[in-house]
Order: sequence, then C-alpha cells, then structure tokens
Amino acid sequence: MVKRIVVGAHYGLRDWLAQRVTAVIMAVYLFFFAIALVTQPALDYASWKALFASQWMRLATLLFLLALNYHAWIGVRDIFMDYIQPTGIRLTAQIVVILALLACSIWSAQILWSA
Amino acid sequence: MTVKKRPKHLDLPKIRLPMPGFVSILHRISGAGMFLFLPVLLYLLQLSLGSPESFEDFRAIVAHPLSKLVLLGLLWALLHHLCAGIRFLALDLHLGIGLKQARHSSAAVLVVSLALTLILGVKLW
Repeated sequence: MVKRIVVGAHYGLRDWLAQRVTAVIMAVYLFFFAIALVTQPALDYASWKALFASQWMRLATLLFLLALNYHAWIGVRDIFMDYIQPTGIRLTAQIVVILALLACSIWSAQILWSA
Repeated sequence: MTVKKRPKHLDLPKIRLPMPGFVSILHRISGAGMFLFLPVLLYLLQLSLGSPESFEDFRAIVAHPLSKLVLLGLLWALLHHLCAGIRFLALDLHLGIGLKQARHSSAAVLVVSLALTLILGVKLW
C-alpha cells in the first residue's frame, strides 16, 4: 500500500504554462527588436529615442518587461524551492523578490513613458 | 526482512552530468544571473532614453572594459537561456525526445549560443 501525501495548491500547471507563454512573448519581442536595431541607419540618441517614441513600441516593450518580471518570479521561486529548505528564510526571500520585481515592473513603465 | 543500506543523499561533486543536464543547469544559472542584473539593465535603459546628457553617461558606462565584460557575460546568459528555452519548448511538444536527439540538441544549444555570443560580442565590442 502506497502512502500518499497530498501536497500543493494546484498552481503547478498554471505556472508551468505561464512560464512558457511569457517565454514566447519575450522571444517574439526580441526577434522584432533585433530586426528594428539592425535596420536602424545610425544608433545615436535621436534614432534610439525615436524608436521608443511610438505608443506601439512602448506598449510592446512594457508587455516584454512585464512578461520578463513574471517569468523571473517563477524561475527564482523554483530556485528557492530547490535550494532554501528552512521555510521562514525561503518565505522571506520570496517576499523580497516579489517586492523587488513589482518595483522593477513599475519602474519599467515609468522609464518608457517619461522618456 | 533485511533493510538495504541506501545512500541518503546525492554526492553532487561525484556526479558527472550528461550534456542535457549540463545545459539544464546552465539554463538555471544564466537565468539567475540575468535576474540579479535586472536593476542594472533597467538603469542603463533609463539613462539611454532619458536625455542627450544621460545618453552620453550611458555610453561612458558601457564603454568601460569592465562593464563590457559583464555585458558580454549577460549577452551569453541571454543567448544560452533563449536557445535552451527554445529546446525545452520543443521537448514539451515531444520533439526530439529520443536520447540521441536530446544529446545532439543540447550540444547544439551550447555551440550556437557560444558562437552567437562570440559574433555579437566582436561586433559590439
């Protein structure tokens, strides 16, 4: 008889999927971003600024950065779950990472729209 | 009934990782590295977009040999993470899950990401 221990809050599949969806968003953005960079005539301040001037580019870049922050959260959480065994330390570290990534997300929007 | 004596933990330094395992742990290390440098990269983006003066500050910072070295490392981390990630997505779709194919594709991830780092690194340096 196998003794079963039921664990988890069933967030595994959702996060597994989220990790892949955010990865595809970032890969697609990077592909078009690389094309945009290569087709720039010159990489000076004016053309760099003009690239980020359109609302479309800002929204796409924000989507990329939000996907990145969420992707980073799932990845770092997995690393902590593997290597930090004491629950208290792990939870504290995870909270610090959540707050840092939230701050980075807000900062990203600020950078894009104040430019 | 006799109780078999089994090892209680894995002796990590004694385990020689196969190629796919090596690519997998590098995927984790590169991801952690990029996470740690995220605030620095956002700060550089802010400098580059802020004003013509801050753009010059940005150029001065990235022109420093030490930051070029760090950025080269981050470029490799990005390319390895991207290539290994595409490989993982293919594996999720049950593409190339045979042992031989999996070994070949993991070697390809290593070679392609290093080669791209070298090419882009030389161009950007």
